[in-house]
Amino acid sequence: MANESIIEVKNLTKMFKKFTAVDDLSFDVKKGEIFGLLGPNGAGKSTTLRVLSTLARPTKGTATIGGFDIVKDDNEVRKLIGIVSEKMIMYNRLTAKENLQFFGSLFNIPKDVLTKRIDELLELVQLTQWKNAQVGTFSTGMRQRMNVIRALLNTPQVLFLDEPTLGLDPQSSVEIREFIRKLNRENGTTVIITTHMMVDADLLCDRIAIVDHGKIVALDTSANLKKIISGADTSIIKLNIPNLSSVLIEKLQALKCADAVTQENQTELKILAHGNEAFDNIIDAIRTNGGNISSMENLQPTLEDVFLHITGHQVRDSADQKIPVEHGPRFGTPQRRIR
Amino acid sequence: MSNMTAKTLFSHTMRIAWKDLTELFRNRLGLVLLIVMPLFMMVMVGFIYPSNGTVTNLQVGLVNEDSGFHNVYFSQNFTMGLQQINSQTHMLKISNISSSAEIKDMVQKGDIEGGIIIPSNFSESILTGQQGTLIIVSDQSNPQISATINAALTGVFDAMGTSIAQQKVAPLNATNTLAVVKPFNVQTQGVVSGNPSYFDFIAPGIMAMTVMMSVMTGLPVAISQEKEVGTMDGMMVAPINRLSIILGKTLGQTARGLLQGVIIFLLAIGLFGVAIQGSVLLVFAMLLLGVFSFVGLGIVITSFTKDQETAQMLMMTLMFPMMFLSGVFFPIQQMPWYMQDISRILPLTYASDALRKVMVLGAGVPQISTDLIVLIVFGAVMIAIAVPVFRRMMTR
Repeated sequence: MANESIIEVKNLTKMFKKFTAVDDLSFDVKKGEIFGLLGPNGAGKSTTLRVLSTLARPTKGTATIGGFDIVKDDNEVRKLIGIVSEKMIMYNRLTAKENLQFFGSLFNIPKDVLTKRIDELLELVQLTQWKNAQVGTFSTGMRQRMNVIRALLNTPQVLFLDEPTLGLDPQSSVEIREFIRKLNRENGTTVIITTHMMVDADLLCDRIAIVDHGKIVALDTSANLKKIISGADTSIIKLNIPNLSSVLIEKLQALKCADAVTQENQTELKILAHGNEAFDNIIDAIRTNGGNISSMENLQPTLEDVFLHITGHQVRDSADQKIPVEHGPRFGTPQRRIR
Repeated sequence: MSNMTAKTLFSHTMRIAWKDLTELFRNRLGLVLLIVMPLFMMVMVGFIYPSNGTVTNLQVGLVNEDSGFHNVYFSQNFTMGLQQINSQTHMLKISNISSSAEIKDMVQKGDIEGGIIIPSNFSESILTGQQGTLIIVSDQSNPQISATINAALTGVFDAMGTSIAQQKVAPLNATNTLAVVKPFNVQTQGVVSGNPSYFDFIAPGIMAMTVMMSVMTGLPVAISQEKEVGTMDGMMVAPINRLSIILGKTLGQTARGLLQGVIIFLLAIGLFGVAIQGSVLLVFAMLLLGVFSFVGLGIVITSFTKDQETAQMLMMTLMFPMMFLSGVFFPIQQMPWYMQDISRILPLTYASDALRKVMVLGAGVPQISTDLIVLIVFGAVMIAIAVPVFRRMMTR
């Protein structure tokens, strides 16, 4: 039964006063799948996750997890799921073990089973030697590992991860990705992950839903999503122009064949263009406006390009850069984040 | 609710309370402040508030303008008498001043806190069979000290007047001259023995206030903090009854409040010599009832505060009027009627009143039954309002 759905979402809508954060979403997630919600900050990914994990109620529509309704059978749903929030769910003044014991006890796990489970999980993320240290003293990477195993205490069938690599260094990000993949492969855990990082989505997810303004604008495997671009006779051209000017960029943006023009750095441009004469037109435009081309490359499409192609704006466009969660001082005040 | 669910509700409640207390005890600075705060409050309020027995060396200026009568200066006897009485009490520090205009100047400068003027016709009046006038000059910028000086001097003058009168009636051959001059002997007797100080008055009030405030204000702060940090989600995503979150938090806060209450109680007895007349058990039962009456209010406030900052501001806004309106520091009888009316709807008023009766007057349950009923009814009504409000807040 490889195609059995574990999550079914129908017309899910979440409104905050008049603002529609999640707009009529419908999708299924198959058992054992790693499913990604990709989109800029504020696209409604986190809200979708909060609604699915019973932390918020839908305004309209329904969803079931393992056949249980997220509103009517919320406690049954909670037994099946684990959530790794973007915020660190742990108490700084409790030790790693005490934190896990506390959250585990809320799931009514028998004490001996829980103790064994905690030891296993700590071992799994190499935190065994720190189990009696207060988590306030942990590094960001250690805290994130704690954050992940906390969600695994009840051996969930479905694991929700909200921006799990946010604010982590590349090394820790790789570790978390490896861990998620291992969990999925060995335990068959279904994983729903939200991210605005293209790498995460591309490397990890079996299927990706591209979310923008509360709606799913595309849903498919990474490879198929990229075919949208190659199939639509669109080329991605990377140009290096040493004397790049804003006037030149404007001229290029005005070209009919150019769908999107983005400036990568001082001399580099990326142009999403369509049509057979796109190359000629672009080169002509640069030459007539006095630009020198030092190099030119035809790129393979990335998810970023897919997003750009579908929505007309960049993932990071509307994204006010999130501030990474800081590692608090040992006896300091609890961290606050500006929303 | 079945037996099983009741059992898990209880066990989750205890877990959450225990977690909160563990955090509290690991926060060393917080723990120190927990003890220091009530100590400060007792010391500040207790020592600053003036009582007649404790005030000494008040600077008072004396102007003697007495011009005498046939070379008799009755004012000399008077000032000698005054000095003599004062040498026993040390309440005043009397300095001689040349003119009444200077008194005003010195009061304005703050050199003296009041003055006595003996007018020029003082001897003449007394020796010609009239009343001798004495003037007490008071510093209106400091009503409490003025009242103290006024009371002290009036007492002294009264005693001196009495002795003069006794000398005058001596020729009447009365057996008891004092009975002729002062027919009434007024005695004051307390309900219990001993002479309670201002500490006895404020200690019960501060105890009640600290304990009750800890649930009313501590609860919103504790919960909004967990919401802000994100740990609340960790509890919310567990298959537990929502009620156990609020109950657990309340239990934790109550324990914290009671701990503070015990500290104040011990400080009051050990450091400030407060004598407990009533049952200690009843004192703590009263504190718990006070907590019960505030739980509902605390939950309602929690439901409406979204972040820690608002919760803290709300705490300050509510705490100050409560502190002063419920007779913790000042008797409510000295407030204007409309403030007394507000005072009568605050549960803290009843809690501190009942606690004071038990601690200072040795009252038992029958004597404080009105306070008890008010607190129970208030608590029950607030909880009836709070539970549905809280449930709605949790499932937004």
